[in-house]
Amino acid sequence: MSDWLERHVPKMVLAPSFAAILLFVYGFIAWTGWISFTKSRLLPKYEIIGTLQYERLFISPRWDTALNNLFIFGALFIIISMILGLILAIMLDQKIRTEGVLRTIYLYPMALSMIVTGTAWKWILNPGLGIESVVRGWGYESFSFDWLVNPEYAIYTVVIAGVWQASGFVMALFLAGLRSVDEEIIKAAQVDGIPTSRIYSAIIIPSMAPIFLSSFIVLAHLAIKSFDLVIALTGGGPGYATDLPATYMYTMAFSRGDIGQAASSAMVMMLVVFAIVVPYLYSELRAKND
Amino acid sequence: MTDFISNPDAKHKSGKATKIALRWFLLLLLLIFALYYLMPLFVMVTTSLKSLEEIRTGSLVALPREVTFDAWKTAWSGACTGIQCQGLQPYFWNSILIAVPAVFLSTLFGAMNGYIIAHWKFKGANLIFSMMLFGCFIPFQVVILPMARVLGMMGLAGSIQGLIFVHVIYGLGFTTLFFRNYYVSIPGELVKAAKVDGAGFFRIFWSIFLPLSLPIIVVTVIWQFTQIWNDFLFGVSFSQAGTQPITVALNNIVNSTTGVKEYNVDMAAAIIAALPTLFVYVVAGKYFIRGLTAGSVKG
Amino acid sequence: MSPILKVKNLVKNFGSTEVLKDINISIESGDFLVLVGPSGCGKSTLLNCIAGLEPISAGEVFIDGRNMTDVSPKDRDIAMVFQSYALYPTMSVAKNITFGMKVRGVDTETQKRKLAEVARQLQIEPELNRRPGQLSGGQRQRVAMGRALVRDPKLFLFDEPLSNLDAKLRVEMRTEIKRLHHDLGASMVYVTHDQIEAMTLATTIVVMKSGVIQQIGTPAEIYGRPQNLFVADFMGSPAMNLIKAKATKNGAGTKIEISRENSAPLILTDTQNTNLPENVILGLRPEDIAEASMRSGPQVQTATCLVDIVEPAGADTYVMSKLGGKEVTARLHAETGAQPGQLLEFAFDLGKVSYFEPETGQRLN
Repeated sequence: MSDWLERHVPKMVLAPSFAAILLFVYGFIAWTGWISFTKSRLLPKYEIIGTLQYERLFISPRWDTALNNLFIFGALFIIISMILGLILAIMLDQKIRTEGVLRTIYLYPMALSMIVTGTAWKWILNPGLGIESVVRGWGYESFSFDWLVNPEYAIYTVVIAGVWQASGFVMALFLAGLRSVDEEIIKAAQVDGIPTSRIYSAIIIPSMAPIFLSSFIVLAHLAIKSFDLVIALTGGGPGYATDLPATYMYTMAFSRGDIGQAASSAMVMMLVVFAIVVPYLYSELRAKND
Repeated sequence: MTDFISNPDAKHKSGKATKIALRWFLLLLLLIFALYYLMPLFVMVTTSLKSLEEIRTGSLVALPREVTFDAWKTAWSGACTGIQCQGLQPYFWNSILIAVPAVFLSTLFGAMNGYIIAHWKFKGANLIFSMMLFGCFIPFQVVILPMARVLGMMGLAGSIQGLIFVHVIYGLGFTTLFFRNYYVSIPGELVKAAKVDGAGFFRIFWSIFLPLSLPIIVVTVIWQFTQIWNDFLFGVSFSQAGTQPITVALNNIVNSTTGVKEYNVDMAAAIIAALPTLFVYVVAGKYFIRGLTAGSVKG
Repeated sequence: MSPILKVKNLVKNFGSTEVLKDINISIESGDFLVLVGPSGCGKSTLLNCIAGLEPISAGEVFIDGRNMTDVSPKDRDIAMVFQSYALYPTMSVAKNITFGMKVRGVDTETQKRKLAEVARQLQIEPELNRRPGQLSGGQRQRVAMGRALVRDPKLFLFDEPLSNLDAKLRVEMRTEIKRLHHDLGASMVYVTHDQIEAMTLATTIVVMKSGVIQQIGTPAEIYGRPQNLFVADFMGSPAMNLIKAKATKNGAGTKIEISRENSAPLILTDTQNTNLPENVILGLRPEDIAEASMRSGPQVQTATCLVDIVEPAGADTYVMSKLGGKEVTARLHAETGAQPGQLLEFAFDLGKVSYFEPETGQRLN
């Protein structure tokens, strides 16, 4: 009996967590998926009626804006954060004496809540009192920087705040990558008389391909999940100019009481994440099992 | 000979000069970036110390002419979130009440799970791990609707306990991952030796693994604390008037439309909401970064 | 009296791959059994199965007559020393050694007494309060041994315990293990990939390959009469010469013909082995090929061969000559005057010869 117990203790200890994940992740995904194929509105209905919700979703101009915004925000956020992160990492890699302090400064936004970040940038970008008024105060009276309240440009303010928050983190990832390159290879290249810039472009950066991939995954994942930042910075406005799928889903679920739309938009988000993360996880797990 | 050392190569003197100039340029660039990252924090702090009058008349980037902590007082105990005007104080404690048990429980489960997946493999353990790992990446929007209903059924709707429950469940993936990755680097022979010595599952964990786990416990606790403290989506979805976490309250203060817009109070409130995680970051930055990178680069 | 360890028809599968196939081993109390083979042969898995650390797929394991097949490791009355030593990193040396007793609820008095005893035996008294991380490789090795000794088990299991030590320390510790075995009269099972360790320590050697036992025997049997080509090749350094040859009946004996490049075939006559097939592989240890003047005996035959390479190795000099399409090594004394390119008369001691079937690799004589 005690032998039996001993043999099965690991399974029994893992079981609650596994059951929780099974139910609260996979079961819930299934539930949301199911609801997305019903005509649920304020209350869930369980009779499947087909793709009505998805049809409604894709003819909704608001969802169209949200997807467009996700594309603009996602692309700019990822590209700028990566470029900035890489530049900072390479500069910091030059044996800078104050590296520790600088690194701490570049990375601290990552410790903040996106609500805090949003609040701060909302203030800085405030057309009446923020940067606009600062520059005007310097004498450039015609200077205008009203992106925050301009429906066409408001989404770029989200990019500004997002990049500010996440680029330091990308820098930390790249710096770790730069430091993990085999020193002997670099020494060999130096002995061969290859200039530093070539060492970076031809040897170090190509060897960091996995880091590029994981930063991309993390940033893409952050972009899709971005909800707090938009809520705090623009509240989705002006109008719904800065809606993202995440805020659309929330609005449908809790303000509009349209569970069907909330479920179908959540499922689309899920599929986008799925398309990005699954191949990555699959290759990671496979590489580890080899 | 000494001359040779102090002045390596006279021919390259000009090269050396450009090198020094380049280094200064590099340092300057790095400092400009540092200013860019610090600017919002600076603006937040200075604004929070100004009076409303000074904000309206002065410049965003100017230092306060007259330092006043009134805004901080209001933010802590008087600012209005909707109809209530108790400041952030009650919500700060809400966040503590949510974060402390949730961090403890998710770390504990993560440690046990990681220990099992790393060293007590059974058939299907790898699949379970993959499934938990994937759970880290789902957009939480996809579980919000059913979770709201389940919390209701469990009688936890709008309660602190409900939020603790949610944070423990959706923290499991990461905490398990952290401990699993840490424990796989502990040699399996240690477990075998302890088994031969007569120790069982819990004894081996308690006597051998736990004493080795301090670094990963710190990483996990910091990660979970930051995640839970900074959470907004679960907070705004599953709380009600009295149980909101600080992020939700902050957002309500900032977006409350009643009365005059008090930017200094907003900024003070934002700093108060950010202080605990900032504090953790400054005190234990090394572990903070390790958690961030462990959460993104697996293996 | 029942054997101290008996493994009966043991099979171990990892998924669909069979890593141990029908293993049968039996040793008496006081025996020193060495499992030897190349990496991946299943020797460590077998040891883990004996310890109960790996479940077995079929068969039975008896320790001192008791069926231990489904008994957990802690109840098998065994102690084990691991390759990485597996010392508990957060515990002091003393705690490492007493941990097993503490878990089993042995009283503190006994713990102290036994700890002192073992510490004296292994000369690790000054290290008792230090952590494993502060010890040298040799000291860690001793602590690992101490942890096993203090348990006073029926059976000691060693999993390549010396492979992380440098060459000099390895030889020292080998001697020490041998002395311990002698002093304690304990039964031991020892896994190694080092055939010299196997030869020096064992009373019984089990040679394994791909999960199959190739041969079980005393060191002398394994060395002198390898049962197949694998054992012949694996045990001994330099390895046994395995030369393609043609055997034909020749009166009372057998004519052995070995082809040579640019020269007439080498002909030897074996008067003992008369029932050989036409194609054989002839096995001779390097020490059984000597300079003609140095070796004599009823089965010794001489022949002149061209010296190819000369490798002085201190105590001996190895001389190579091409026979049957392969470099054949002869072990000559250090003062030999052999030079490359020289013709030298060699003595082949057919009293020690092994013959193998080329296809199956099995021993013929």
